[in-house]
Amino acid sequence: MTPLQILFIVVAAATLGAALMVVSVRNLVHAALWLVVALMGIAIFYVLLNAGFLAVAQVVIYIGAIAILMIFTIMLTRRVASESKPQVNPNWGWALAIAVLLFAGLAWILSSWSGFNTQTTALAARADPLRDLGLALVAPDAYVLPFELASVLLLAALIGAIVVAWEKKI
Amino acid sequence: MADPINLIATWLQGLLAGWGLAPEVVNFVMTALGVVVIAIFVLLLDIFLVWLERKTVARFQDRLGPNRLGPYGLFQPIADVIKLLIKEDITPKGADKVVFNIAPILALATVLLLWAVIPFAPNLVGTDVNVGVLYIVAIGAISTLGIIMAGWAANNKYALLGAFRTVAQMVSYEVPMVMILLVPVILAGSMGVNKIVASQSWWYIVMVPVAAIVFLISSIAEIGRAPFDLSEAESEIVAGFHIEYTGMKFGLFYAGELLHALTIGALFATFFLGGWRGPFTDQIPILGVGYLFVKAFFIYWVIMWVKYSLPRLRIDHMLNFNWKFLTPLSITIVILVAILDKLLAGVARPVYAGVMLLANLLVAWAALSIARSRTRHGPARVGEPRPVAVPPKPAGATPKPPVSTTP
Amino acid sequence: MIPLSWYLIFAAALFCIGLFGVLARKNAIAILMAVELMLNAININLVAFWYYRTAADGIAGQVFAVIVFAVAAAEVAVGLALFISIYRRRNTIAADEIDLLKW
Repeated sequence: MTPLQILFIVVAAATLGAALMVVSVRNLVHAALWLVVALMGIAIFYVLLNAGFLAVAQVVIYIGAIAILMIFTIMLTRRVASESKPQVNPNWGWALAIAVLLFAGLAWILSSWSGFNTQTTALAARADPLRDLGLALVAPDAYVLPFELASVLLLAALIGAIVVAWEKKI
Repeated sequence: MADPINLIATWLQGLLAGWGLAPEVVNFVMTALGVVVIAIFVLLLDIFLVWLERKTVARFQDRLGPNRLGPYGLFQPIADVIKLLIKEDITPKGADKVVFNIAPILALATVLLLWAVIPFAPNLVGTDVNVGVLYIVAIGAISTLGIIMAGWAANNKYALLGAFRTVAQMVSYEVPMVMILLVPVILAGSMGVNKIVASQSWWYIVMVPVAAIVFLISSIAEIGRAPFDLSEAESEIVAGFHIEYTGMKFGLFYAGELLHALTIGALFATFFLGGWRGPFTDQIPILGVGYLFVKAFFIYWVIMWVKYSLPRLRIDHMLNFNWKFLTPLSITIVILVAILDKLLAGVARPVYAGVMLLANLLVAWAALSIARSRTRHGPARVGEPRPVAVPPKPAGATPKPPVSTTP
Repeated sequence: MIPLSWYLIFAAALFCIGLFGVLARKNAIAILMAVELMLNAININLVAFWYYRTAADGIAGQVFAVIVFAVAAAEVAVGLALFISIYRRRNTIAADEIDLLKW
């Protein structure tokens, strides 16, 4: 067991544990904080996958913006009495069955795929994923069109969120 | 006598390898040791900062400050620490214990994490990630989380309100700060903090002073220091999000705030003042640490000067200032620097610096004249006063009956 | 070292936990949090496939992941704005109490 494998197992266990707490705790603010732990674990995985920019972007976008937005919304839409009633639907048993079945199915299908046990190939010595990513996002023959469309999408979401949550009638 | 830190590091590495440990374990131990050394050094500096802060505020307010304990009151912070440690540790009833206890730890930890990417000397840095600038933004984002945890866990309406305001302020001022951080990245051609320092043969504050000033203002607002400290002001909101914290937990918040101000000083020095650059750093690399800290303390003194001279801003003034002045200004600066950097691609350094400086001054003059033309002089009129009694007209006209307001 | 299978199994597990959260939770914000877990699992899958299979051919996997970040952020913003608006009118945020359109 190389140290890298031990690190992977520890972080994977922590992330999956945090995800289980997200979907099962009653107190919503605690669920949001467990979500922050899970997102941190995902950021560590990005570092292991040699995608350093994605790791830092994950922390900035997900933890720094999305998680905080969720915590704000939870605090603004609280009904204190609702924290004593059960937080799961009456048919959570079916949900559990579907989730377990899906996991088993995915694991079985993936394990019968030929490339399942690919080991790492070392990246080329002068590879610089950060520089390649930057060039790919703005090069005309690469991915500049999805990049611009994503920025239009974000603008639409920004305006839409403000309009939807506006208090006075417009 | 070139580089004492590297000599010690290589000796230690040889020692550990000689004990028969695998190379990966040796690397891990060296990294862990580096982390511990940086953390201890920064925390000891934090204690010194308490003394510095109290002496400086005293001098600004025309008094002496602590001068009883030790020469010039140098042992006062130790007495402060002992006092905070022996205070009663109160957890309010109904508070969320786990979150309540984690919040101050998170607030201090996120400040310590920032010191990992600041280069102290030519080859003395915690870790050399090539996304160092974005890492700094990420840590700023996590510190926001610590504050909202503190405000919510205290089970106190004022704490929650203070936390909301603080987070709104911090999230708002992150926008110009991140955009201005793109300016050193464009000028240096890399997001790695080491490369930014290495390419400052001309300090960036000479080339882009407006960007430096905007970075300083938005950083002061990020750390919640005056004049942007509405969220923790005693007279406004009863100390805001850390009202329910006693003893050492409050000490962690307080010390974390001071340390954050010094960290901002170090970051400003790294991005705009050349970091560890100075005379004779080629021959004696360890001098770089001294230069960095001289610059960092100078900026820390400027931050304290701003704090103790200016009155507090109201929350709507603060947010207006950010969204209506700083954000458009920072967008303009980034676009201008990017265009000029491409146009002046092969030009000699002094010409490059001169053109950038000229462009910056032009933008500053334009921004200030636009701002000045839109200010209102005098208080806003909210309505016309209604006359209570009308004086009688002069001889010849019938006097009007007095128009009286309802009692 | 770490084979690709470990990442794929981990991502599948995270996706299924998120799916359970979406199907079983009552509070609308909790459902949104579970959706975020699913999106993160997908991102891990994308980047793992990029690193293990196509890292020499380009950066398409990471670009895909960046676009997923942007879409997730947009979706959370609009979703939370809708929740706040619903809470103001109906004074509830539980998904099974917002059933005016049911027949």
